[in-house]
Amino acid sequence: MERQELFNYIIKWADHSLILGQRLGEWCGHGPALEEDIALTNISLDLIGQARSLLTYAGEVEGKGRDEDQLAFFRDVRDFKNPLLAELPNGHFGDTVVRQFFSDHFLFLAYEAMMEQSSDEQLKAIAAKSIKEVAYHRKHSSDWIVRLGDGTEESQAKIQQSVDDIWEFTGELFTMDDNDRLALEAGVGIDVSLLRDAWLKNVQTVFEAATINMPDAEAWMQQGGKQGLHTEYLGYILAEMQHIPRAYPNAQW
Amino acid sequence: MSSKKDWPLWEVFIRSRQGMSHKHAGSLHAADAEMAITNARDVYTRRQEGASIWVVPSDQITASTPEDKEMMFDPANDKIYRHPTFYNLPDELEHM
Repeated sequence: MERQELFNYIIKWADHSLILGQRLGEWCGHGPALEEDIALTNISLDLIGQARSLLTYAGEVEGKGRDEDQLAFFRDVRDFKNPLLAELPNGHFGDTVVRQFFSDHFLFLAYEAMMEQSSDEQLKAIAAKSIKEVAYHRKHSSDWIVRLGDGTEESQAKIQQSVDDIWEFTGELFTMDDNDRLALEAGVGIDVSLLRDAWLKNVQTVFEAATINMPDAEAWMQQGGKQGLHTEYLGYILAEMQHIPRAYPNAQW
Repeated sequence: MSSKKDWPLWEVFIRSRQGMSHKHAGSLHAADAEMAITNARDVYTRRQEGASIWVVPSDQITASTPEDKEMMFDPANDKIYRHPTFYNLPDELEHM
């Protein structure tokens, strides 16, 4: 597999974790309870840690001397390849929980497949380290789905609305673009389309416990993030995330 | 932080990696025991402190009363012979 293609493949995984981690970090100091505030920022830091490993590796593969910071802070909107799900606004707590729940269940299956199937030792190692973190994230978000769904009338209605609103952003997780197929043929990547059935089943199991209605799996789905075509939200995320390093390049702590 | 009036208080005990016993780490709010465990994990084991967690509803703890302090604890003050410092312990005996 060519360097540039491998770089593009790794960047997609890195950006998923980076942007979702940055989004979750916005909860810092605003969580619904002190304990949950800390939980959300712990998860944010886990995701940013995963992104750091992946970005560092992507930079090494690219071989142009770009490190994790240069890749995180000096790329523009079109260069980011995260799925649209990761960049959606936090909304209310239920919206954040649903976004996280969909992503956690996906990343768990993806890292599991990567650990078992990828021939790339570095990706395997990152997946093996990350899956322990994601296993906890998945438990955390699934617990909240059940609490809110099987909670009060108000929480049930709100979480159902969040599920219905965010559902159209889940399809993209399982699409295979040209770069994904190249990575799969090279033995490096995984076939995310094969994860969909297991994901739907796992999501449905939690929804049943939560008395949430499962949306239509065949509904029309948004896509574009993996090709660098983003919602209007990503520009604002990057502005906040990147403005200090861009105003003071090479600044050190 | 309206949850403080809704969620009960829990006392958290953590056994560290090296530790032999659980030690009181602090308290937190949670809706039930399961949430108390995950909250305790997030609040009190972020820096590798923990190998095991206990949570106990705070209202289930019966405490000695401060007024009884003299009666309860002062009589031990002049009984230093109860300390094991007068005995030579064999090296094989760990964790005393």
